[in-house]
Amino acid sequence: MNLTLKIWRQKGPQDKGRMVDYKVNDISEHMSFLEMMDVLNEQLVNSGDEPVAFDHDCREGICGMCSLYINGQAHGPDRGITTCQLHMRMFNDGDTITIEPFRAKAFPVIKDLVIDRMSFERIQQAGGYISVNTSGNTQDANNIPISKHAADEAMDAAACIGCGACVATCKNSSAMLFVGAKVSQFALLPQGQIEAAERVLNMVAQMDLEGFGNCTNIGACEIECPKGISLDNIARMNRELMKASLK
Amino acid sequence: MSGFFKSSIGRKVAMALSAFFLMFFLLIHITINLISVFSEDTFNTVSHFMGTNPLIQFGMQPVLIFGVVFHFVLGFVLELKNRKAVGVSYARNNGGANSTWMSRNMVYSGAAILAFIVLHFIDFWIPEINTKYIIGDMSGTMEGVEGFRYYEELKHKFEDPFRVGAYVIAFVFLALHLLHGFTSAFQSMGVTAGRKKGLQNLGKAYSIIIPLGFIFIALYHHFNH
Repeated sequence: MNLTLKIWRQKGPQDKGRMVDYKVNDISEHMSFLEMMDVLNEQLVNSGDEPVAFDHDCREGICGMCSLYINGQAHGPDRGITTCQLHMRMFNDGDTITIEPFRAKAFPVIKDLVIDRMSFERIQQAGGYISVNTSGNTQDANNIPISKHAADEAMDAAACIGCGACVATCKNSSAMLFVGAKVSQFALLPQGQIEAAERVLNMVAQMDLEGFGNCTNIGACEIECPKGISLDNIARMNRELMKASLK
Repeated sequence: MSGFFKSSIGRKVAMALSAFFLMFFLLIHITINLISVFSEDTFNTVSHFMGTNPLIQFGMQPVLIFGVVFHFVLGFVLELKNRKAVGVSYARNNGGANSTWMSRNMVYSGAAILAFIVLHFIDFWIPEINTKYIIGDMSGTMEGVEGFRYYEELKHKFEDPFRVGAYVIAFVFLALHLLHGFTSAFQSMGVTAGRKKGLQNLGKAYSIIIPLGFIFIALYHHFNH
């Protein structure tokens, strides 16, 4: 298929940036979206132009690096996938595809389609862990009884890969689905409950400090999340914060 | 606890609490207004009680005004803060692919409701305050009207088709606002609203029945007098 690509080009963090049009021809419908980007970059390199910078790593939907906003949707027009799992068969010959970086004040553009998601790392560092010494004295996990329901919910929350699609798709650039998942995965388990109050207070404080917006329960984040993280995690985080604030 | 209300989640909770209060008030308001359809005398008696009871006038009324002002001021403040958090807008954004129009446009439906509240205050509240507390007439009567004046005033207000039209449009916006706001308030309070079909259905019923009730009352008085 032959396509027209409208891609955000930005030389660096200080550059204003602009949309630039490119043509790519003979794209196979079996290609992944990132492979199509590789074809474009090969074309650009061969013609002496600067290739388009975009994030990618595992290319199998686990690392969460590929952060493209395609045709007005995070990770493009399909559900439950990252960009590397998006295939060109989702598009038609002659289509114009708009490709932009994930937008949020807390996700500044580094170059072209590459964004800085260190704000997520700093939120994690504020409390997204348990203070357990695991060097040699770890007890058997089965010694701690955990209900199947809690284990399942914790596992579902832990599936978050921190890609930032929730922030990118939210009209308020809110990070509450990400933080809700990170708070929940520990709050649901006995090992995490000891530091639950401190964790939620610190992580929410860091989230606010990073300049993310307020959640207005639109639910777009849940729909666009490649790992199906549920809004229930935001409700749980709200409850955890209320509980922690009353202590 | 003061730190809680400074946090983003605390402000969500504050929005939800004021929303619950306002939704409860709407129930009281529509109950009284519906009486006007069934009994002129009862409507007059209830209106006179609400308009002259010191507990309602000097206790509940200031709380209500505070609730309304608090809800819209905080709503606009959060909207501005959220817009700041977004930064550069997308060249192409397909919001309809993953969210409802109502949820994305709460600030606009809210602004329409606010405009209606201003009109409603000019129509009913300011003349009422003028009569009772400026002129000092607490009798609830007026010249040429037998008994209390409230029903007569209501009838008179809904004679104007433009006013009725404005009210109907405002109630449509109220329905749109509530269709997202009802379950959103519960979600903000930590209820897993997405899983509770009963709560969602109650929200839909409330959001449609209450505004429809107000529309019915406005049209009833317009076409029956």
